[in-house]
Amino acid sequence: MSRKKVKYPEIIPRTQQWPIVQLAKHRKEFIEEASAETFNNLQKITRGRSLREELEMTVYREKLRVKSNPWRVDPKDDKPFWLNIQKRLLDSHQLPKEESKEVEEKILKEIIYRYTDEIAGSFRRNSYRFAKKFITFGFARLLNAARVKGFTSLFSRQLDLDDKINIQGQPEHIRKLAKIGTVVMVPTHFSNLDSILIGWVIQFLGLPAFLYGAGLNLFNLKVFAYFMNSLGAYKVDRRKKNPVYLEALKTYSSLALRKGCHSLFFPGGTRSRSGHIEKSLKLGLLGTTVEAQRIAFQEESSDKPARKIFVVPVVLNYHFTLEAPSLINDHLKATGQERYYKENDEFTTSYRIATFLFKFFTKGSDISVTIGKGMDILGNYVTDEGVSLDANGNAIDSRDYFVSAGKITFDKQREQEYVRILAKRIVEEFHKHNRVFASHLVAFVAFKILQRKNPKLDLYSLLRLHDEDLEIDYLEFKKDYKKLRKRLMKLYRKQKVDVAGHMKYKADESIELGVKNVGMYHAQRPLIKSKDGNKIIVQDMNTLYYYHNRMDGYELEKHL
Amino acid sequence: MSSKSTSKKPIGVIGAGSFGTAMANILAENNQSVILYSHRPERVKAMGETRSSGGQKLQDNILLTNSFEEIGNNCEVIFPIVPSANFRTMIKGLSPFLKPYHILIHGTKGFDLNVTDPSKIDAQNPLSRDHVRTMSEVILEESSVVRVGCLAGPNLATEISERKPAATVVASHFDEVIRVGQSLLRSDRFLIYGSNDLIGIELCGILKNIIAVGAGTIAGLKLGDNARALFISRGLVEMVHIGKAFGGNAQAFLGLAGVGDLIATSASSLSRNYTVGFRLAQGEVISDIIDSMEEVAEGVKTINIINKLSKTYKVRCPITETLYRIINKEMTVNDAHKYLMKFPFRAEIDFI
Repeated sequence: MSRKKVKYPEIIPRTQQWPIVQLAKHRKEFIEEASAETFNNLQKITRGRSLREELEMTVYREKLRVKSNPWRVDPKDDKPFWLNIQKRLLDSHQLPKEESKEVEEKILKEIIYRYTDEIAGSFRRNSYRFAKKFITFGFARLLNAARVKGFTSLFSRQLDLDDKINIQGQPEHIRKLAKIGTVVMVPTHFSNLDSILIGWVIQFLGLPAFLYGAGLNLFNLKVFAYFMNSLGAYKVDRRKKNPVYLEALKTYSSLALRKGCHSLFFPGGTRSRSGHIEKSLKLGLLGTTVEAQRIAFQEESSDKPARKIFVVPVVLNYHFTLEAPSLINDHLKATGQERYYKENDEFTTSYRIATFLFKFFTKGSDISVTIGKGMDILGNYVTDEGVSLDANGNAIDSRDYFVSAGKITFDKQREQEYVRILAKRIVEEFHKHNRVFASHLVAFVAFKILQRKNPKLDLYSLLRLHDEDLEIDYLEFKKDYKKLRKRLMKLYRKQKVDVAGHMKYKADESIELGVKNVGMYHAQRPLIKSKDGNKIIVQDMNTLYYYHNRMDGYELEKHL
Repeated sequence: MSSKSTSKKPIGVIGAGSFGTAMANILAENNQSVILYSHRPERVKAMGETRSSGGQKLQDNILLTNSFEEIGNNCEVIFPIVPSANFRTMIKGLSPFLKPYHILIHGTKGFDLNVTDPSKIDAQNPLSRDHVRTMSEVILEESSVVRVGCLAGPNLATEISERKPAATVVASHFDEVIRVGQSLLRSDRFLIYGSNDLIGIELCGILKNIIAVGAGTIAGLKLGDNARALFISRGLVEMVHIGKAFGGNAQAFLGLAGVGDLIATSASSLSRNYTVGFRLAQGEVISDIIDSMEEVAEGVKTINIINKLSKTYKVRCPITETLYRIINKEMTVNDAHKYLMKFPFRAEIDFI
């Protein structure tokens, strides 16, 4: 497919004015503000525990974490810090009630400050520029080296990254929204590389850098830490599950949103283990969008209208997920029956990442990024001007969602329900924007055929089928492929799913392309065509199952 | 929380049928004013002149209107209580005046059938959940309102209007809606329970109408109290099975909106659905019965819908199926009861 090259100018050319730069500049003030707000919030929510009990619990868990699960990124003074807190807690126990309360609150404030300081990213403009250049330039070089033969091609500008990455959907729309409000981008999440991919997309579209939460574990690796920091990441430590930490994290995100920082959440929380498009989303962080919007409306005045928050779903599609084998193993293990599971993290060494990146960006595997329509905090579509529309296309004032008896009120349970509604809408949009590649469909068809041939087997027995049962007659395969493709096109016309251009090729061609590309860099490719061309042979059931899962939820199997 | 004068703004009630009127009266006793809507202008005029509706006297602070705009613009809380067949049209008309701050608590116990072309529903393309909506789902689809709830429970309109004690359940995903419903409706003769299981409570109210029709036939045949008790208990089991297939859970059916409402409607000649069954057993045909009734008996429509859905989703519904055959003259009431007495039910209770 030939495309015209589009270049998107930066919507705020002066990085100085980027909200995220402002935030980094006033890092200390921001941390103080966020800490104070966290402290206030924690006072409001008590879970039937006294502050002392809450603190004791936190100390206990933190000490346990320090001892049993230390990471390289952890601060050196982790252990002494918590020991000191514990000691002061114990000492204050004997004090009169008033005084001991004072100590407890002081301790809480210290802990909050420590957490917030750790969470806060340190966005640096200069390294952002460098990282940005490095990614675009570096990968473009790699790309040219591989595609345009010869050594000199390293300096050729023939191919750019945007030849490789196909941006679909509504790029102009998100640019407009980012000018008038705060954008929260919510992408699907299949691979650790998604952050980098999204980072590239954001700068390619000329958007200011986005703030986003990245797992603290990724900061263990120096290379990653560098990119993460410079791309605006703040740190999320999944080991810390205590209420104080969670509140600090939410407040940080909510406050940054209110300050107009565009943010990125992976709403699934983690990479999809099964290969399914996310169905259940993490409501905690998503909830900060609803909360931030409500507070923005509360603080609104006639000379300072509230900034609106726009949620923009983004769907990433590729033929191949590097981590597929270990992800699916994880999933199978979690769902119960897999016994041969072995820990295997592809992202442990820089070398492996480098070789993968090289393959990923140089070999013929397409990547497409679909930018969905912007929505308000309840999942209503918004216009380019940011006006929310109801199902009938009438304008709605999203402020009204928080109004009760004439004024804006805070109702926690109400907002939790709103988050649920928003999450449901995001999942719907994901399915709608999911861009089906031939590789997804061949995996689906092959898996379903095997399932049909072995109706008595449950999933786990199916995954252990013997080699001789893993061959499918090509003509049979083609027949079913065509049938499902027809169904898929029907869904496509109803705008319930998206399809890649190559899906419209002749059946043989499209199958060929799919089989070639599905999981193409795995040691064991899930599907191959036999030499004589009469058979489709399944080589790896687990990864086949993984790629097949992406097409789940459209009820295509009904038509087989 | 005080139960009196909780809202300064008028409360809206849409639908001046017997239940709508009874609710308007209860609301008017507790609150400053109520606006009652009827879609027939002549009805509004008549009610205004007689200050009564279908034999129920109207409280003085009930205003009458035929304008959706008036209801939408003046009320923040609205109780739509119109037959399910008219519900979607009603919401479409009201929708331009609805805003996300509105709270809608409906009292309609039937399904919305959203099929544009009934001839396309066949074995290839059977009736499915996509075609059938509860009233709260209709509100969400057709308007920008999200704070939605429903009322369900043993609430025979006549008894409420006679100021006899009763209770109801307000169900919503929003605690706020339950709170508002409770504070607006609660009085010393009307108890309000809350539930977060919106779909479950809606299904209770809808499905119990099937059993009420059946209980009416038992009474019409004079089969006695044992038979009625047998029928009601088996009916409850069938309700739970259908309810679960639709995403409700068993608990809701054991409460006021389930068992409570079921007992009231299955034993009372004040119930329209019961009356339909009773008259069927007396040998009348369904079209005559419907024509002669002033208000809609939702059960008949529900039986048709559930009978089709049960086939699509393969839920065993012998009672619904039998009633469907009676209504469609494929079976006499007498044969039906013989058939059910022979039906091989296995476990008595298998849903807990």
